[in-house]
Amino acid sequence: MARALINVPAKAKRGEIVEVKVLISHPMETGFRMGPDGKFIQREILKSFACTYDGEAVFSADLHPAMSANPFFAFNMVASQSGVVTFSWTDDKDQTQVQTAKIDVE
Amino acid sequence: MSWRARGLALALLGLAGAVGARADIPAGERKSGALFMSKQTQAMQADDTANPGMLAAAEGEGLWNASPAPGGKSCAQCHGAAETAMKGVAARYPAVHEASGRVVDLDGRINVCRQEKQNASPLARESRELLALSAYVGLQSRGLAVAPPDDARLAAARERGRALWETRMGQLNFSCAQCHDDNWGKHLGSAPIPQAHANAYPIYRLEWQGMGSLQRRLRNCMSGVRGEPFALGSPEFIDLEAFLAARAQGMPVETPGVRP
Ligand code: HEC
Ligand code: HEC
Repeated sequence: MARALINVPAKAKRGEIVEVKVLISHPMETGFRMGPDGKFIQREILKSFACTYDGEAVFSADLHPAMSANPFFAFNMVASQSGVVTFSWTDDKDQTQVQTAKIDVE
Repeated sequence: MSWRARGLALALLGLAGAVGARADIPAGERKSGALFMSKQTQAMQADDTANPGMLAAAEGEGLWNASPAPGGKSCAQCHGAAETAMKGVAARYPAVHEASGRVVDLDGRINVCRQEKQNASPLARESRELLALSAYVGLQSRGLAVAPPDDARLAAARERGRALWETRMGQLNFSCAQCHDDNWGKHLGSAPIPQAHANAYPIYRLEWQGMGSLQRRLRNCMSGVRGEPFALGSPEFIDLEAFLAARAQGMPVETPGVRP
């Protein structure tokens, strides 16, 4: 299962615009490369990534074979209330991984 | 795409004319490889939340705390917290392993503990696990000065390393020194030639889409001049690493670096 580095500020002021950054460990193997044996290496990519904040969608993306290994996402959201930010990403085999972070809003 | 693919021979003709008297780079003019990168790549290295090498370090932290086989001790069980136990260690390597009298690099030293202290099989060079552990151990020296030990046995390795550094290699017949001492700052195709300081390894290289050790980097340079690269872990590479460490003495460790 892929490891990820998730960065959400632990504290924020109400209404503040905060930056969220996510770096996911994943080979993003395109399926177009050949291995040393001359055979194509099986495609293995993340297909989608999404982020919700207290249940509400704040960011989502579809991913494709030409994207780099270890995809990195950075986006902004408005810190409206204390709550849980949930990140999920789904691979070619439709396996979804979920990770969460807490944000305290004063 | 790499400079190898772009008519290197033609590009080198330009350099050949510039090859004159050999001289080491004066201490005041030494520049980390990071300074030859684009602003974007520098920013990626500088931001721990964006630097993909930090994923490897995080994986290394997991391995540091895990026991290698049932009943086997984890690195942490003997060494304690890496933040204190491994602080400054990577900055000193290659170093002499007292029990065997051999000069070993950091990867080799980690494998000594794997074999002798954990009764586990050595991790293959360039394996994901070894790169993760060396990135994690290396991270504990970040910001500290490269500090090769003062040891006569190492001095011999450094001298052999310097001799290799100055030896012309490959069909293109270039020495490391001709590129990195005499022509740094110029370009090979679109790639700037850095001074070749080894203070950021292991690195995440964008071209590789993954982590790699200093030896993998050196193999790239050797095949770049159409030479037969030394084998991973070979004494020649340990000697070159010992020489490069002395050459970068005092420069801050940047592990894990990012390179284009
Ligand atoms: C033909 C010129 C050339 C020769 C000869 C050459 N290199 Fe390089 N080297 C480069 C270039 C160019 C780079 C930058 C990476 C790239 O774009 O491929 C590099 C990168 C490096 C780096 C990485 C520096 C960093 O900041 O990460 C090291 C270390 C290095 N070389 C060492 C060596 C050694 C040791 C030799 C001799 C065995 C050697 N090089 C021979 C051109 C050369
Ligand atoms: C059973 C205890 C034990 C375990 C397990 C162990 N080590 Fe060690 N390690 C030592 C001892 C003792 C030394 C110091 C000198 C010696 O015996 O060579 C050492 C030395 C080292 C050094 C060199 C330090 C220096 O200052 O030069 C490194 C690096 C190292 N260990 C890494 C690791 C890593 C990484 C792991 C896990 C993969 C590990 N060790 C597991 C006992 C252990």
